[in-house]
Amino acid sequence: MHEMALAESVLGIVEDAAHRERATRVRAVRLEIGRLANVEIEAMHFCFDAVTRGSVAEAARLEIDEAPGAGWCMRCAASVPIGSAVDACPRCGGYEVTVTGGTQMVVKELELE
Amino acid sequence: MCTTCGCEDHVHEHEHDHSHARRVSVEEDILAKNNRYAADNRRRLSARGIFALNLVSSPGAGKTTLLVKTVEALAGRLPVAVIEGDQQTSLDAERIRAAGAPAIQINTGKGCHLDAHGVGHALEDLAPPKGALLMIENVGNLVCPADFDLGEAHKVVILSVTEGEDKPLKYPNMFRAADLMIVHKTDLLPHVSFDVDKCIAYARRANPAIEVLRVSSTSGEGMSEWLGWLARGVAEARA
Repeated sequence: MHEMALAESVLGIVEDAAHRERATRVRAVRLEIGRLANVEIEAMHFCFDAVTRGSVAEAARLEIDEAPGAGWCMRCAASVPIGSAVDACPRCGGYEVTVTGGTQMVVKELELE
Repeated sequence: MCTTCGCEDHVHEHEHDHSHARRVSVEEDILAKNNRYAADNRRRLSARGIFALNLVSSPGAGKTTLLVKTVEALAGRLPVAVIEGDQQTSLDAERIRAAGAPAIQINTGKGCHLDAHGVGHALEDLAPPKGALLMIENVGNLVCPADFDLGEAHKVVILSVTEGEDKPLKYPNMFRAADLMIVHKTDLLPHVSFDVDKCIAYARRANPAIEVLRVSSTSGEGMSEWLGWLARGVAEARA
């Protein structure tokens, strides 16, 4: 499952940060995931719980902020909101839309003790 | 159970006075580690003038057959090296070696994609000569490989006409990540209801700039265009 590889990457980042900060426990992990990223939020929660077992982040709360998708419509020469990479421009109905936002997958912050 | 106040709920929805808790900002891309390895691969490839491609598709689209035909066509004209990714077996690497090119197999086990770290090690073992064409055949999967940069110049997505023409709508991120789409097995078009024009239109919804080639490894249709596309890339990488 794709989210398993991503959750393992998250754990790597979290463990490095916890070590750097001399934390004994990670209470919460906050991610920002774009709506156009290849991530199922439910699957991410499931995989995060699985990979953090036995780690410094065991039982940590996973908070996920979803970021909206955005594209640039060449016909309208304007930035437009989109729900997927193959959506039509909501203004002109054309498909000459290049994705400009909403694909990010970022570890934003941690709550440590 | 919470060790501070003894509550049973491990999800702290309510406020405690945890004076020893602190929030720290991280701001790190989840793929940052892979991206660092990929950047390193790209530097090494560029220093040796190697043109590297990451070939992606569903299982069964004909990636290995296209590679075998490409290796055979370029024999004696251009050094070619291949990295093969599969969950299990070294069957594909054996097919490539039999066709006349050095090949290394990476077995990802349960992993659904190649990552830049594994490709970096394969690159050390394979040691393609300066100015070579390096083709990396990813695990057959249209989801995960879209996210994992390997250090390639381009992703090439291969879609065979025995699949649905609507694949670009179902897996848009992969078609957005690719610079070239090969519509493969075109010799079978008389026998299937695949609409090539519709497929290309769908792919361009995901990626208005995507290039398209129609190729049959069986009949040879489109092979000269594909080899020309490769030759231009190799010339640019060597420049």
